[in-house]
Amino acid sequence: MKLAIASGKGGTGKTTVAVSLALSLAATDAASAPLFLDCDVEEPNAALFLRPEITAQRDVGLLIPVVDMVRCTTCGRCAAVCEYHAITVIGKQVLVFPELCHGCGSCTRQCPEGAIHEELNVMGTLEYGRAETIEFYHGTLNVGEAMAVPIIRQLKAWAIPPDVGDRPVILDAPPGASCPVVETMRGADAVLLVTEPTPFGLHDLRVAVQVARDELGLPVAVVVNRDGIGDGGVDAYCAAEGLPILLRIPLERAIAEGIARGDSLIAIHPEYQTQLVELWKTIAELP
Amino acid sequence: MKQLVILSGKGGTGKTTVTAALAHLATQDCRVVLADADVDAANLGLVLAPVTEETHDFTGGRIAGIDPAVCIACGRCAEVCRFDAVRVCTHPGDAYAVDPLACEGCAACVYECPAHAITMTPQRAGQWFVAATRYGPLYHAHLFAGQENSGKLVTLVKQMARLRALDDAADLLLVDGPPGIGCPVIAALSGADMALIVTEPTVSGAHDLERALGLAAHFNIPAMVLLNKADLSPAQAEAIVAYCATQSIPLVGRLPYDPAVTEAMARGEPVTAGNGPVSAALHEVWMRLRQQIFDNAS
Repeated sequence: MKLAIASGKGGTGKTTVAVSLALSLAATDAASAPLFLDCDVEEPNAALFLRPEITAQRDVGLLIPVVDMVRCTTCGRCAAVCEYHAITVIGKQVLVFPELCHGCGSCTRQCPEGAIHEELNVMGTLEYGRAETIEFYHGTLNVGEAMAVPIIRQLKAWAIPPDVGDRPVILDAPPGASCPVVETMRGADAVLLVTEPTPFGLHDLRVAVQVARDELGLPVAVVVNRDGIGDGGVDAYCAAEGLPILLRIPLERAIAEGIARGDSLIAIHPEYQTQLVELWKTIAELP
Repeated sequence: MKQLVILSGKGGTGKTTVTAALAHLATQDCRVVLADADVDAANLGLVLAPVTEETHDFTGGRIAGIDPAVCIACGRCAEVCRFDAVRVCTHPGDAYAVDPLACEGCAACVYECPAHAITMTPQRAGQWFVAATRYGPLYHAHLFAGQENSGKLVTLVKQMARLRALDDAADLLLVDGPPGIGCPVIAALSGADMALIVTEPTVSGAHDLERALGLAAHFNIPAMVLLNKADLSPAQAEAIVAYCATQSIPLVGRLPYDPAVTEAMARGEPVTAGNGPVSAALHEVWMRLRQQIFDNAS
């Protein structure tokens, strides 16, 4: 099963749950050791908790156009087909704006002179390493770059082999509900949403449910973190929508302090290990 | 008019709580316009009791659509699509179809389709709103689930809020930013006079703070730091304070970890509406910010 762990609102405990779920599965038996993908490429934090030994790295980005001005006739076809205004012809010059380019290849294919070729514009890095039996992958968007989606797409392509089979795959998603979250959830078998029982948590949980269940048609389950603060809104919403709440983690200063230091939830409270393995089995059976 | 943007890098550190409190405090001595630049998960309205005055549609990019009656199922569209957005349909006739959530609107398939079966259609991708609140007008938006172009919508919301601030001769445009460092954050930061980065003393908070400060520096925008939940981990707190000192980034205050913050949120009001340690600390934060924004940043 490929499970995406998301939330809508930031800071609800996605990484906390994802990391301890991975550690709990890895502790059961060798066949259950998961692939772990930190898809929050803007702010990747899972490595701070899993502490993998990084053994492979690669630069990633988009293929952007490079124009051979000897063959270019400045006909303007490239600029006319670009939906992103990433290439423009001014007088006898062609300007490319890498930060606007999505790397779709239209200008290259449409150039009547074959004057355009593509080169990699590096926007971030991917890294791989093992944390005990967990195979860990994460991507990092370079500071100042805008587009997270291509990094996430390439991270998934690098990390998840076509023959992944029954191997557990855990995808730690970024916050929000727009394209980076969709890219993380695409191809997943189920989504686990981590929320907190506050008006902010509820508002953003609704949006995350719209993406995962309504737009992508995936089975969804919920973890309530910091249970005990706020109000009963999240419980009432989950009951009304038929969303199973599979785990509750109480509001507890010892947990907050442990996470602050970089400890995992199961290092702070080992009893969550059994509950997380059960949670995994329950999600695998969701309709 | 000065523009202050509240950011964090890491989500859930308290951006919206701080923005609402600053809105409350700032209106006591200047005229304020508010913008919520988190269009994926807009929460500022939840604590400001906004009364909506205007609602507008937001048209994002265009996406491709294939006419199944014209499609000859040659598969050329799927070959050229680099976003894995075109799939063969299981419907009778085996026409191809576009996954609207995966399509990035590049139109590469339109130019390659030999049957001219593909057209581009603008997407209604969200809505934006003008609302009245007790602390001044609020500009905010809702990007529909899973849509692209959040940066474009953030830019629109900020542009409208900025025009309003100029029309009203406001002193301060206060912008509640999204988490992360990618396109919506860059859009939120663009044109700001100053960024206030709210962080927390955790390993994740410290890691993400460095990247958020890096982003502000990349765009030459002066930044300040506010340490929230400061007593959660004294060691992490001191590490962040020391880091700010080495980078010459002013620390404008420390807020204690206090359930009163969540209780105020549940009541739908800024934490500064009540008394208590967080409220008192935020009063001091605003005095320092006011000085930095209006005296130093001119």
